[in-house]
Amino acid sequence: MLLLLRLFFEFFKTGLFAVGGGLATLPFLYEMGSKTGWFTAADIADMIAVSESTPGPMGVNMATYVGVKTAGLPGGAVATLGLVCPSLIVIIIVARILNRFKDSALVKKVFYALRPASAALITAAGLGVARIALLRLDIFKETHVIFDLLNWKCILLAVAVYIGIRLFHKHPVLYIALSALAGVIFSL
Amino acid sequence: MLKDLFNLFFVFAKIGAVTFGGGYAMLPVFQRELVDNRGWTTEEKLMDYFAISQCTPGVIAVNTATFIGCSRAGIPGGIAATLGVVFPSIVIITVLAIFLQNFAHLEAVRHAFNGIRACVCVLILNSVVGLIKKAVIDYKCLIIYFVVLGLSLFAPVSPVIIVILVGVTGVIIKPAKTPFSGKTPEKPEESPSKKGK
Repeated sequence: MLLLLRLFFEFFKTGLFAVGGGLATLPFLYEMGSKTGWFTAADIADMIAVSESTPGPMGVNMATYVGVKTAGLPGGAVATLGLVCPSLIVIIIVARILNRFKDSALVKKVFYALRPASAALITAAGLGVARIALLRLDIFKETHVIFDLLNWKCILLAVAVYIGIRLFHKHPVLYIALSALAGVIFSL
Repeated sequence: MLKDLFNLFFVFAKIGAVTFGGGYAMLPVFQRELVDNRGWTTEEKLMDYFAISQCTPGVIAVNTATFIGCSRAGIPGGIAATLGVVFPSIVIITVLAIFLQNFAHLEAVRHAFNGIRACVCVLILNSVVGLIKKAVIDYKCLIIYFVVLGLSLFAPVSPVIIVILVGVTGVIIKPAKTPFSGKTPEKPEESPSKKGK
C-alpha cells in the first residue's frame, strides 16, 4: 500500500514537472530510478523500446510499465493515474480560463501567432520521425556512401502510403496496420 | 449526460489504442475522428490545444484529450476523455510487462515497427499540410512558421520556450493587413517522399 502511494506521488511529480511530452519524462525517470532503486538505467532503455513499439502516448506507456514492474497489476494503474492527474487539473483550469476569455482581443492575438508555431512544431516532429524512419545515419557515418544513407525499402513504403492517402482517404489506422504488415513481410 | 461521457471515453480509448509514436502521431487520428467524422472540434482549435499542451505539464496527447473532453462536457468530460486515452496503454502495457518480457526485442516487432514509423511520418506530414493552410494566413505567420521550424530542427531550444516566446510575440505584433486570402500559403514539407537531409 505504501509502495502504491509512493508510486502515485512520484509519477504525480513527473507529470507536474515534465513539460513538453513523453520524452520530457525521461530525466525524471532516471532520477526516480536512482533514488528509489525501483529500476536501473538499462531497465529504462527497455521501457523506452516497449513504449515506442506499443500504441498510446509514450509517457503513459512508460508510467504503466514502471508501475507494473515495481508493484504488479495495481502499480500500473496507480502510476498512470499519478502521471495524468496534474495534466487533468492544469488543463481543466486553463480550459475554463480560455473559455471565459475566448473572445478577448488579446487571446485572439496570442493564438494568431501560436497557430503557425504549433504547425511548425508538428512539422518538425514529423520530420524527426522521417529522419529515423527513412534515413540510416549510423550506417552512412561509417561508409559515407550516399546510397547507404537512404533506407530504400522504407522510403518506398512511405511513398506507397502517401499515394494511398491521396487516392483513398481511408482511416489512418488502416495505413498503420498495413505498414506494420509490410514491415514484417519485407523485414524492413 | 452519462451517455456523452461514455462516448467520450470510448472515442478516446479507440484513439489511444491505434496511435503509435506519441502525441504528434495522434494528430492524423484526431483529425479524422474528431474533426472529420464527429465535428467535435476544428483544425484551428486542435492547433491551439497542441500549442497549449506543449507548454503545460504532462503528456501532450493526454493534455489534448483533456482539452477536447472539457470543451465537450465540462470537467467530467475532461476526466472521461483522459481516462479513455490512457486506458488501452494500461491494458496493453500491463499484459506485455507480465507475459512478454522481451517483446520489444522480437524480430517481428522491430520489423513491424519500422514499417509503422515510415507510415506515421507520412501521416503526420500529410496532416500538417492541412494545418499550415489554416494557420499561416499572412506573411507574418509565414515568418513565424519558418523561424519556429528552423529553431526546432537546428537549435536545441525547448518547445516550451518557443511557445512562450511566440505567445508574447503575438501580443506585440499586429496581424498583417493583407492576408493570403484565396491564395494557398506555401507548403514547404508537403511531399513526404523527397525529404532527406
